[in-house]
Amino acid sequence: MVDQIARLPRTASPPFPGFSLDSVRRGAEAILIPVGALLATAIVFGLFVAAAGADPLETYSLMYRGAFGTWFSWQNTLQRTAPLLLTALCVALPAKLGLVIIGGEGALVIGGLVSAAVGAALIGAPPWLLLSLMALAGMAAGGAWIALAGALRQFRGVNETISSLLLAYIAIALMNHMVEGPLRDPASLNKPSTPPLGEANMIGSIPGLDVHWGLAFGLIACLAAYVLMQRTTFGFGARMVGGNVRAARMAGLSVTTLSMITCFLAGASAGLAGMVEVAAVHGSANASLVAGYGYTGILIAFIARQNPLAIIPVALMFGGIAASGGLLQRRLDLPDATILVLQGIAFVMILASDTLYGRFRIFQPRG
Amino acid sequence: MEDLGWWGVVLAVVAGAIRVSTPFLFVSLGELLTEKSGRINLGLEGTLVMGAMSGYAISYLTGSPWLGVLVAGLAGALFGMLHAAICSLPRVNDIAVGIALMLLGTGLAFFLGKGFIQPQAPILPAIDFGWWSDVPQVRAALQINVLFVIGLLLAPFLLWVLTNTRWGLIVRTVGDSADAARAMGYSVNLVRLAATMAGGFLAGIGGSFLSLYYPGSWNEGLSSGQGLMAVALVIFARWHPIRCLGAALLFGGAGALGPALQSVGVSQGYYLFNAAPYVLTLVIMIATCSPTRTLAGAPGELSITK
Repeated sequence: MVDQIARLPRTASPPFPGFSLDSVRRGAEAILIPVGALLATAIVFGLFVAAAGADPLETYSLMYRGAFGTWFSWQNTLQRTAPLLLTALCVALPAKLGLVIIGGEGALVIGGLVSAAVGAALIGAPPWLLLSLMALAGMAAGGAWIALAGALRQFRGVNETISSLLLAYIAIALMNHMVEGPLRDPASLNKPSTPPLGEANMIGSIPGLDVHWGLAFGLIACLAAYVLMQRTTFGFGARMVGGNVRAARMAGLSVTTLSMITCFLAGASAGLAGMVEVAAVHGSANASLVAGYGYTGILIAFIARQNPLAIIPVALMFGGIAASGGLLQRRLDLPDATILVLQGIAFVMILASDTLYGRFRIFQPRG
Repeated sequence: MEDLGWWGVVLAVVAGAIRVSTPFLFVSLGELLTEKSGRINLGLEGTLVMGAMSGYAISYLTGSPWLGVLVAGLAGALFGMLHAAICSLPRVNDIAVGIALMLLGTGLAFFLGKGFIQPQAPILPAIDFGWWSDVPQVRAALQINVLFVIGLLLAPFLLWVLTNTRWGLIVRTVGDSADAARAMGYSVNLVRLAATMAGGFLAGIGGSFLSLYYPGSWNEGLSSGQGLMAVALVIFARWHPIRCLGAALLFGGAGALGPALQSVGVSQGYYLFNAAPYVLTLVIMIATCSPTRTLAGAPGELSITK
């Protein structure tokens, strides 16, 4: 177990930030290597697109237009960035302790389902109360879901990667059961859903931005996660467990408490994403919740090297890529899975680039 | 059709165990071989989907389902090669690479498979083992695909290879102690490359069974985690090929429970019964894993059990 933890990718940020040349060198390494990997991705994906019969340059320019070209596409991008910020945190937080949790999709779905159930039960309550309770319920459900994977690891030694993904499949089956049966709105014919929240109970937009509040939640969560992990005793303890679990035990840290709380926070974050999807986008829980945000979140967290602040630009980029999918489909006749291929190539490149850390002398501290 | 009542459910579960277990069997035997060499390939889910797509596409284009099975295996071997190549770089985590290849394999299969969702490709033949029975359900249950029979023979063969041959010994040495293997002059990365490619080949064939026999068509919802469950199944089977066979049958039966109950009119909770294989996997892992000791039979180099 210890060896596995020691082998996991760790964040490159120094424990004590300073402005010495050495920290600049290490910072440059942590930025330039992923950027290089993404450039390599762009080349490989360009070749792939060319092989599929589309012009790579036109593809990239369309992707840019579809993601950031107009105000409308910016809005589309930001709408998709919101859940990605939160699902990426679901991977990044446990990763600080050396846990590889990949079941964010399940926490998102169960969070969305439970919050929709709470919302449906409380229709008629003042919207602010209704939404607050929905958010709490969604976060509690998502948190419990991932905490379960963490508990199985702590108390039974069950591999958390496999168990969290199995729990995701179980969550989706549970949601299908609930929206087809006990929680089904009889009026939803083609697409079984929970009863709609109603226009008045939806989360509104951030004033002047026309993007729902979920984006703000995501940004705040990323900032809070950064502060928690880098500036608090709790975060120090968590990073110590991730670095060397035996040393952390010797220092008197409760590995169980730290990992249970972290897993809960991770799941709560994905659960909040589910609640936002219900209360700001779909208006009820249904199969649309299973949109792959959890899986893209894994990729984002790995590219951001599990750093909550770095998640923000990376999530924006992948939100944009997802938003441009429709345009690629319409203009170039590329299937919607094109985006999945791009994500897969990026993931492989980023992981392969892990081997480059420490290889370039220019990035190494002197003296 | 005769009404068999609840016996029909039992029969349907047994039939399902035989029919649904084949992909589990192939993927888990492949994963077992890979894990015996000391590396875990979580990407077999992607390999499975890729195998299902390529097998179906080739069968449609050439008219030969067996050629499809072969190409599915080759596609799987290619993915295995990619996994092994990336993992052989220093400081690269095999679990993470598996997750990445899971996404890449699924994405590629969906991309390349778009054109093959509609057309009907020739599918694999079945052998009729139920000629002696008059009950149509029994006859249907004993329509057994050749791939299942091959898988049935493959399990003892793999056990024999691993325990009784020089190749098996090399793979196990690399899996138990990379240092010892290195000291004996074997290339750890090369052995793992071979084991991962062979594992990918089997997983690809497992995928082709999905599209070329049961359910017998290609679509994007074809695989629902079978590749991943197979990884858990190998842990449950304690890295023993014959126990893999038993576990695959168990999982197949669990997967057939929902449809079987629906066929006798129990439609309540259909979606919950769909979760049965996942719950079973989880329960089995909870029962077999332990926080304090390494699992008996686990290869020493394996990262997932330490």
